[in-house]
Amino acid sequence: MARRNSQNWNNLRAALARPQVILTVVSLTIAASLPFAVKNFILFQLTLAMVYAIAILGLNLLTGFNGQFSLGHSAFFAIGAYTAAIMMDRFDVAYYWTLPVAGVVCLAFGFLFGLPALRLQGIYLALATFSLAVAMPQILKSTPLEPWTGGVQGIVIIKPDAPFGLQLSSDQWLYFLTLAVVVLMFSCAVNLTNSRTGRAIVAIRDNPIAARAMGVDIAYYKSMTFGVSAFYTGVAGALGAIVIQFVAPDSFTFAFSIGLFVGLVVGGVGSIPGALFGGLFVLFVPNIAEHVSKGLAGAVYGIILILVIYLMPSGAAGLVRLIVGKIARKSARQN
Amino acid sequence: MDLLLHQVFAGLSTGGIYACMALAIVMIYQAIDNLNFAQGEMAMFSTFIAWQLLQWGLPYWPTFLLTVTISFCGGVAIERVVFKPLKNAPVLSHIVIFIALFAILNSSAGFIWDFTIKSFPTPFGTAPLFGNGIISSHDTGMIAVTIVLLVLLFAFFRYTRIGLAMRATAANPESARLVGIRVGWMIALGWGMAAAIGAVAGMMIAPVVFLEPNMMLSILLYGFAGAVVGGLSSPLGAVVSGFSVGVIENLAGTFIPYVGRELKLTIALTLIVAVLTVRPSGLFGRILVSRV
Amino acid sequence: MSNILLSVRKLRAFYGATCVLHGIDFDIADGGVTALLGANGAGKTSTLRALSGMIRITGDVNFAGRAVGGNATEKLARLGIAHVPEGRGTFSRLTVEENLQLGAMSRKDRAGILTDMERVYGHFPKLRERARQQAGTLSGGEQQLLAIARALMMRPRLMLLDEPSFGLAPLIVQEVYAILRKLNEDENVSMLLVEQNATAALSLAHHAYLIETGEIVMSGSAGEIGRDENVRRAYLGY
Repeated sequence: MARRNSQNWNNLRAALARPQVILTVVSLTIAASLPFAVKNFILFQLTLAMVYAIAILGLNLLTGFNGQFSLGHSAFFAIGAYTAAIMMDRFDVAYYWTLPVAGVVCLAFGFLFGLPALRLQGIYLALATFSLAVAMPQILKSTPLEPWTGGVQGIVIIKPDAPFGLQLSSDQWLYFLTLAVVVLMFSCAVNLTNSRTGRAIVAIRDNPIAARAMGVDIAYYKSMTFGVSAFYTGVAGALGAIVIQFVAPDSFTFAFSIGLFVGLVVGGVGSIPGALFGGLFVLFVPNIAEHVSKGLAGAVYGIILILVIYLMPSGAAGLVRLIVGKIARKSARQN
Repeated sequence: MDLLLHQVFAGLSTGGIYACMALAIVMIYQAIDNLNFAQGEMAMFSTFIAWQLLQWGLPYWPTFLLTVTISFCGGVAIERVVFKPLKNAPVLSHIVIFIALFAILNSSAGFIWDFTIKSFPTPFGTAPLFGNGIISSHDTGMIAVTIVLLVLLFAFFRYTRIGLAMRATAANPESARLVGIRVGWMIALGWGMAAAIGAVAGMMIAPVVFLEPNMMLSILLYGFAGAVVGGLSSPLGAVVSGFSVGVIENLAGTFIPYVGRELKLTIALTLIVAVLTVRPSGLFGRILVSRV
Repeated sequence: MSNILLSVRKLRAFYGATCVLHGIDFDIADGGVTALLGANGAGKTSTLRALSGMIRITGDVNFAGRAVGGNATEKLARLGIAHVPEGRGTFSRLTVEENLQLGAMSRKDRAGILTDMERVYGHFPKLRERARQQAGTLSGGEQQLLAIARALMMRPRLMLLDEPSFGLAPLIVQEVYAILRKLNEDENVSMLLVEQNATAALSLAHHAYLIETGEIVMSGSAGEIGRDENVRRAYLGY
């Protein structure tokens, strides 16, 4: 009995000593102490960056891991955001219930959209999803839906206070809430991609014919991945609505979809931690571009993008992999 | 009935614009096996260059030719400077480069020439053709130019050696090298041609929609739709679909209730997606058989 | 037959940081058929890719008297090296006839190209039947013949053939090799033949090399190699 305990303890120590685990613990500690060190506005921006990271993770599951090219995720973000806004404003539901509900609503929409999308590949799927992104603001503004969506003017939401009388400002509380959601959803994504399901999903991306020959039900997995991906982006949308306290149709144009896609590539396609880098990029780089030159903000942004791709063709995650690989080879050669 | 005919012709007029754009898109797709998302912005930038030349007093047709030439060189330059160093990057990263190009061109055009709407002349005159207002001379001229371009492109790809070399390069670059084709230059040529066609499209379109940096956004989308529905391997398909998209968009806008200006784009795109669901390789696309 | 068309000294080849050929030497006689035999993963395909400029190399490669090591693939093709790659490299979306025309892409003599097309159709009547068919729909054997025909359209001085018998039924392999023999004997095309199928290769080659894990371990006339005890056991199955 004692022998087995010490064996388990050794296994646990080995597992905890792995670089990924150490890195995660260190990052979380830093992340958790930030709210007490930075100003509210920066906190607000970091919270929003995390929201985008969750949305990008959703897109990553679909495009990065499953190979289904989507340019329409702004639509799911919008659906999630509006679900939260309508629940809070029209039905007086507490903000924390809106997250799972928004997720489930988007799961359903995503799955439904995934079904006809089964027939489309590559660029055709991109066009179809892009149409979805283009259509969404127009649908939100349309007259039949106006009583719910508030039309062009959108809906205003009240920022929630920290619960249980905690000595935190609203911004700090929302930061921690978002951080908790990030930790939860990212761990779930890691679990999913490391499971049998995850392998099936990746197999479909890499070689659908071989996957089918091995008995993977392609239709099921592809639609399911669409649904899960939409779930993630929908939850992000709901969080986004709460953080920004406002939803309006023109916040969710196809430009946002393209922004998410850029975040995906810059962070690293098929990399879960990469989504965090993507979220930071999507939030801060357009601001930086505007600071450099108000009139040529777009051009500066474009040039930054080209440089980033030139330096990191496979995104931040790809660069990390390259560096780690070089270090590993060097140490192997020295041994 | 009169209304229907009128709307059909109006649709053909706008369809001519989309067909022109779709042609440029298919052109570059044939060369680089990828969709150029910045195609519209390149066309827009070329048209601004033409406008500037006109402002400086150059007459129309020399301006036209000079702009096409400059655009050709610009396309080649973009390929050599931006895309060639990144040719080993993954496909999705390439798409981000297109997005970057889009942002750079759009922003620069706004910066250099500002966002006020400018008018752009047409060489065909604005009087209605046949005098009864069904279709204007310019629209007819535009359709004629599109068809001429189409025929020239078709002949180029089908009957010339360089056209065949370009098709081979797009299909299988490694095998193309093995038969001695200078793949790098084929790709650059494809970019140059696409830029040139885009310039022509832009100069045809600007008189109708007026010149401003954002003029190509929805047109590019319709152009994509036309190219994709036509089947990306077929310039003819692109042009026919471009015209059809124009007609459908116009008819939907006129005859289906609830479809105001905002939803026209959505309806057109939905129909396109519907077509693709039924025929995933497009209406005219060659169904590629590959033995596993 | 006594002239050396291609000579290779101390050739090393790399995929990224991995070295797959460890300094090999060999010669290909002008007008002859040279076989390069070896098992899977021995480095046969890598050798051909090295000769075609498709991967990074160090060492000396001399073709028809000039040093060509490090040249780009398309330049080597234009110098007269026709590589029939692993997997045939067919332009599947194009027609059979277009595939053949592409073989002649680097040539400027229009009359010569036309006569060569006729001659090639003469060697490969099946291809003439299927001239307008999409190349990807041809069977494996037909695609192999198409690949050889396309290489022939280049009027090459040297043909590099990567496992021409791969995936083909024995009867088809005989057909392919009969054509290769005709091309070598009647049209004086020199060949470097890379094969796992040693029996077929040795029936055609004049000279053979044996390659194992990136190094040449044996060299001799086809007859000698074929009679060697070890080769017979490992590669010829008796």
